[in-house]
Amino acid sequence: MAEAVRLKLALSDDEPFLGHKACAGCGGSLAVRLALKVLGERTFAVLPAGCMSAVGFLYPQLAFGCNAIISTFAGTASMMSGIAAAARALKLRDYHVVGFAGDGGTADIGLQALSGAIDRHENFIYICYDNEAYMNTGVQKSGLTPFGARTTTSPVGPHAAGARSRKKDIFEIVAAHGIDYAATASVAHAHDYIRKVERARATVGTSFLHVLAPCPTGWGIETSETLEVARGAVDCGLWILAEYEAGRYRINKTPRRFKPVADHLATQKRFAHLGKTDVAIIEKERDSRWARLRRLAGEQSARR
Amino acid sequence: MSVEATARQPQPLFMSGNEAVAWGARLARPHVIAAYPITPQTVVIERLSEWVAEGKLDTEFLHVESEHSALSACMGASALGARSFTATSSQGLLYMAECLQYASGGRFPIVMMNANRALALPWNIYGDQQDSLAVLSSGWIQIYIEDAQEALDMTIQGFAIAEHAEVLTPVMLNLDGFVLTHTYEPVDVPAPADVDAFLPPFRTPSKMSLEAPTSMGFTAGPAHYTEFKVQQHRAILRAERVASEVDQEFGRRFGRSYGGAVVPYRCDGADVVLVTLGSVAGIVRETVDRLRARGVAAGMLKLRFMRPFPEREIVQALSTARSVGVLEKDVSFGHQGAVFSEVSSALAGSAARPALLNFVAGLGGRDISRNDVEQMFDQLQVATVRPPDPRVRFVNVQENGNG
Repeated sequence: MAEAVRLKLALSDDEPFLGHKACAGCGGSLAVRLALKVLGERTFAVLPAGCMSAVGFLYPQLAFGCNAIISTFAGTASMMSGIAAAARALKLRDYHVVGFAGDGGTADIGLQALSGAIDRHENFIYICYDNEAYMNTGVQKSGLTPFGARTTTSPVGPHAAGARSRKKDIFEIVAAHGIDYAATASVAHAHDYIRKVERARATVGTSFLHVLAPCPTGWGIETSETLEVARGAVDCGLWILAEYEAGRYRINKTPRRFKPVADHLATQKRFAHLGKTDVAIIEKERDSRWARLRRLAGEQSARR
Repeated sequence: MSVEATARQPQPLFMSGNEAVAWGARLARPHVIAAYPITPQTVVIERLSEWVAEGKLDTEFLHVESEHSALSACMGASALGARSFTATSSQGLLYMAECLQYASGGRFPIVMMNANRALALPWNIYGDQQDSLAVLSSGWIQIYIEDAQEALDMTIQGFAIAEHAEVLTPVMLNLDGFVLTHTYEPVDVPAPADVDAFLPPFRTPSKMSLEAPTSMGFTAGPAHYTEFKVQQHRAILRAERVASEVDQEFGRRFGRSYGGAVVPYRCDGADVVLVTLGSVAGIVRETVDRLRARGVAAGMLKLRFMRPFPEREIVQALSTARSVGVLEKDVSFGHQGAVFSEVSSALAGSAARPALLNFVAGLGGRDISRNDVEQMFDQLQVATVRPPDPRVRFVNVQENGNG
């Protein structure tokens, strides 16, 4: 409750993303809405092909209260670079350049442009809303689809058991560039997410936020369960809330004890086919990721 | 203020086609340049980079990670009403193919130089026109340049055409790879102040701004999409008149103009006319003179614009010809040269029905000699009395055949 009050005080009542056609319970639209409440009207938003551009730009029903443009699918970070460069050349003052791209738009087709932009320390905020598959086109596997998840291109059958690749670690990929600021976040931890958007807003150079944004359609959950399932991912240790800044990693939230992974997976139909062996693989991967991040963050003991 | 900032260069500078484009871009003062290197375009972006480093060019230069990113960044800049420039070639042009349609559909008045180069496979870095003609329908104004002076002047004119309120369409300036990009010629460099007066800063109400936030690059369903596309089509058609006006104004101010979308050379009363485009026009012009001296009624029609396509001017210029050849450095596999298709289509509606021959030559940088061109005219003369078969002929092929 105290957190809710603080949030209410911190956030604008303006609705910068309104009248869009996102599905009920959409995590991605929540990530966009909260970030734009922080960044305000003097913002240039770039969205590639994907859920948020599909639901926010259907002429003549345009949903953004700030400047907003759809980029090519691969071109989020490059179009943002051009906007940032033009804003400098035109000597604009007091503005933000933000991108909202999905997991596929970021970690697959958009990775080249993102890498180049970070390398140039472009002055913008790139927010990847991660719903863990190409949801806009009907749930196809992306590079950020987690191990075991059923999608329409990683189906389940006698010869297949969902995605077999491990989710790319886009947070570490981005951090490895020596980016000015990077963080992971979750729509269920709104206060933490908003703080990170504020941190990104204050950063000179490139910021990258990787925010977990459940998709009821693609994950097989109820539209009322978005936040609960997102919170569950953090509680069982599959989603780590962390930051990277000035060459240093920081873990923001370490559960005293991980809740069972199997229980979290059981909330989502996309994992319904998984057996004990697969769950063990997922747990092992979780543990090695925590160990690596703790090492990077300079934490000595592994608390459970 | 330095001398350089106010005065015209006192005498012509010796420069390549690439450097002429770079000079044109420098004088146009783009807010943003975003580019990725590719042979034979590299010198353009090297010179521009040097001038930024030396403080002679005040621009935001983005050294991006691909051609796709180059054009994407230019679109972002253009969406804020900034002037932007890029340059590419061949594989790079095709790598940005998605962005070509995006830029024209978004009505972003970007100017881009393309160094015409062959396409892989087989790999080949030398000049032909397969690259730009493969993207003829991308919604860009396509201009084909003959020499270095025209390259400089048309880079400046290109912005004036692209940014015109009735046009708002991107411009692609095509220079034959190596033959034009790397050949040095004396070039008159106009005074920056004169260029500023000719080409004032870009102003448009159609942009994202902090004062009046807006959405751009949006989605339009079946109920609206066609209307956007019709507007786009009409705008590029209007570019023909605007380009002509821009060229005349440029001529008044700088003493050089280039004569619109087509340039007929001794076409009046000509029996046989070779239609061509790009730097090969020089050798065709010489050949026409030689043939005329021998009493052959030969002519040349140089196409400067492929889009908008100057159909009316072509029909008019070829009204007396009994046979017409099209010399081009590309082929649409399974059919004929792309330019030949266009010219044939234009002539289908004309009263004169000349015999038509397509000469495909210069692929992958193969030399087009005087002798080659003369033989083309010989074949055109034969065609005035006997229907040509085949109509599509590959020039100077090492096996025995024509296409």
